[in-house]
Amino acid sequence: MAEETTILESSEMILNMGPQHPSTHGVLRVKLKLDGEKVLDAECIIGYLHRGMEKIGENRTYPKYAPYLDRMDYVAAVTNNLAFLEAVEKLLGLECPPRAKYARTMLAEFQRIASHLLWLATHALDIGAMTIFLYCFREREEILKLFEEIFGARLTCNAFRVGGLTEDLPAGWLEQAKAFTDIFPSRVDDYEGILTENRIWLQRTKEVGVISAANAIDIGLTGPALRASGVKWDIRKAMPYESYADMDFEVPVGTRGDTYDRYLVRMQEMRQANRIIRQCVEGLPGGDFKAKTPRVIKPPLGEVYHSIEGPKGEIGYYIVSDGSTIPYRVRVRPPSFMNLQALAQLARGHYVADVVALIGTLDIVLGEIDR
Amino acid sequence: MAEAGIALIKIAVVLGFVLNLAALLTWAERKQSAVIQDRIGANRASVFGLRLFGLFHIAADALKMLTKEDHVPQTAEKFIHGAAPFISFFFALMGFAVIPFGDVLRVGGREIPLRILDLNIGILFIFAAIALEIYGSVLAGWSSGSHYATLGGMRGSVQMFSYEIAWGVSLLGIFMVYDSLDLNRVVLRQGDLLWGVLPKWGIVTQPLGFLLFLAAGMAITKRVPFDLPEGESEIIGYFVEYSGMKFGLFFLTDFVLTILISALLATLFFGGYQLPYLEPDGFRFPWGATWSLDHYTVVFLQFVALVLKIVFFCWLLLAVRWTYPRFRYDQLMDLGWKVLFPLAVANVILTGLVLTLIE
Amino acid sequence: MEQLIFYSLAGATVLFGMLVVIARNPVHSAIFLIGALMCIAGLYLQMGAEFVGGVQILVYVGGVMVLFLFVIMLVNVRTAERVRQLSPEWKTALLLAGALSVELVYLVLKGPGVFATAAPEAIPALQGNTQNVGAALYTKYLLPFEIASVLLLVAMIGAVALARSRMD
Repeated sequence: MAEETTILESSEMILNMGPQHPSTHGVLRVKLKLDGEKVLDAECIIGYLHRGMEKIGENRTYPKYAPYLDRMDYVAAVTNNLAFLEAVEKLLGLECPPRAKYARTMLAEFQRIASHLLWLATHALDIGAMTIFLYCFREREEILKLFEEIFGARLTCNAFRVGGLTEDLPAGWLEQAKAFTDIFPSRVDDYEGILTENRIWLQRTKEVGVISAANAIDIGLTGPALRASGVKWDIRKAMPYESYADMDFEVPVGTRGDTYDRYLVRMQEMRQANRIIRQCVEGLPGGDFKAKTPRVIKPPLGEVYHSIEGPKGEIGYYIVSDGSTIPYRVRVRPPSFMNLQALAQLARGHYVADVVALIGTLDIVLGEIDR
Repeated sequence: MAEAGIALIKIAVVLGFVLNLAALLTWAERKQSAVIQDRIGANRASVFGLRLFGLFHIAADALKMLTKEDHVPQTAEKFIHGAAPFISFFFALMGFAVIPFGDVLRVGGREIPLRILDLNIGILFIFAAIALEIYGSVLAGWSSGSHYATLGGMRGSVQMFSYEIAWGVSLLGIFMVYDSLDLNRVVLRQGDLLWGVLPKWGIVTQPLGFLLFLAAGMAITKRVPFDLPEGESEIIGYFVEYSGMKFGLFFLTDFVLTILISALLATLFFGGYQLPYLEPDGFRFPWGATWSLDHYTVVFLQFVALVLKIVFFCWLLLAVRWTYPRFRYDQLMDLGWKVLFPLAVANVILTGLVLTLIE
Repeated sequence: MEQLIFYSLAGATVLFGMLVVIARNPVHSAIFLIGALMCIAGLYLQMGAEFVGGVQILVYVGGVMVLFLFVIMLVNVRTAERVRQLSPEWKTALLLAGALSVELVYLVLKGPGVFATAAPEAIPALQGNTQNVGAALYTKYLLPFEIASVLLLVAMIGAVALARSRMD
């Protein structure tokens, strides 16, 4: 045999994780270069869920475009919508009535809890704790029921209209919301009872995927992932929108920037969100639920960037208006996309099992990344 | 000829018991997890509107698996791919051959030892069977021709290395105390009483050994928190390329191993078929009361005692799954080598010291 | 019956042993090796050495598992299948094998009594052979046993040292 052959191969192995994989939270594909189970290099390949969201925006009127945005981060449709509508309102120079502001704040916080619950459920499931998954879904179900009563949809809620709400809150809804806030803190205690002090959970999350504060800012992380690294940056506090200026709440921050801190920060955020909802329910002012808006939404010539604090981080819209009923250009700043940038860096040197935990801890939704 | 017939009957009884319990466990796992997780659980399968707490799901599952397409990937090593689930299943079942489910049954002047195989190496036989069992998953992982499956198989073999030694050493204490490797003798000697009151069960004489054996045994069953070879959210597992009943066999093997570990726990640490104060001629309580029973009743009671103990440990092992997250590869090895193994060795030394002192 | 079992086990051992060498795929070789070792364990069982038989399976099957891991992790099976199997030194090997087989045939024909062997000691019937092995190891053969274990310990430390220096 003339050809040079060696039966000893290099021990590197390429493992394609996804796009069909139970723990890549959608259709993310991660190309892992492995030495045994150690990750030498990771490369994220995205775009399997690309639907041309931004391009669609150039062909729909402002109100008609809003429902498309529910399908971006489909586990946080309310905040997705809210950011866009606020940007449009900013273009129009429109001010919502206080009742609408309070209701929007409340619903956005409900969405934050729902999104965090889904994150906790899947993150814990990825690490192997199956029971917490169903506990989280039990509470999330309550929130979705509340959403259904207002919006008529559970997941892709086309929540609001330009200038306020679609219609006033249904009768008896506030009592249900209040009942939820009564029981929810004890439910968070339950989750924490299963995980926070669990030794296996600690082993799996502590010192895994450490991001320093400077590094987090460089990557462009926002939301809980940024705050867990010790950077106290929350748009709700820094540039209050809706009625957040009236609310009394804290912004939890971490110290080490590892997976465990991100877990703790999100758990605290759920409790704070519950507090905000409570204040909104109790202090909901009367009056109109919608500002007087023109029949046809036709913003003046100009451009605007507006962002809010979504459950996953800063969700922002950049809209260029040419004065017609259709935006000239819409650009989204999706938090998941930015947060995903950290994955390759974090995965290096960790194990395959950690990659799954890291995808979970960054809390990504592919609908938003691929758009 | 009669010998062979009796052996066949014994095999049929043990196999029937194990396989039925394994099938029942698939249902128990669903229902138990449902209770833990605040939901209803499997209850859809019905026969003429009769649901029976979802018990028909066992039959429905079996039927489903048997009728599914048996897919073999193109990159697979056909023969080994086909053989692997049978290797796993066969060797897992083989372990039951030496588990005693009673002492002797006297029928028509004939003394029948109530275990399939009377080997004086007893437990070594089970160790060997389990060492061979793991080959099923490793071969399945390798022969599937998929990177995920290969990783699963490798994890399986590494897990066996890390735990089988700690597992074996954790039992040395038991054999030092009861002075035999033969499981039936170990059980017989656990029938003694300590200070006239306390049954001399393994849990009393070897509490540390029990905990170590339980932990390592859970690793052997490849269930959460030690389900790394499966790791369904990470690598899906060594059986990722299996479908139909071949997958079903791997699935059942897990439960068979759970029963095997439960049976060992019961036999070695909880007196096996012994009931406290039950002598071959009836109960003799330490406070002097007696209640004499005939031979058949005693044998029957002992068998029931063993079954109840096994079912209890199955329940325990199943419940653990729904409460813990999964270890990571390196942490699993750390636990096996740096915690369980040294503790097991310390247990042996301690047991030796105590035994010498008593003498 | 006993003869039949012996010859079938012995024949299977030889067959598996040959297949270990002949098989092109290293994983298949490892599997055949397990087969050969299990047949040997069967022979031990037939001789009434249950303990040795059990340990044979436990230790060697575990050992082959390591081999297995090496094969899976380090050897490129597809290339290995194409590699020329015959060593260039096959003539020497043939010569040596021929000499060995002549010796074996001679010994077999000569029958027992070629070497002076100790008469087998009577084994107490009631005692299990586990106890016998233990007693022999810890009384009569204590020194060789301990020396062997120290040797193994040295080998183990050596392996760890080698692996460590590579890791740093």
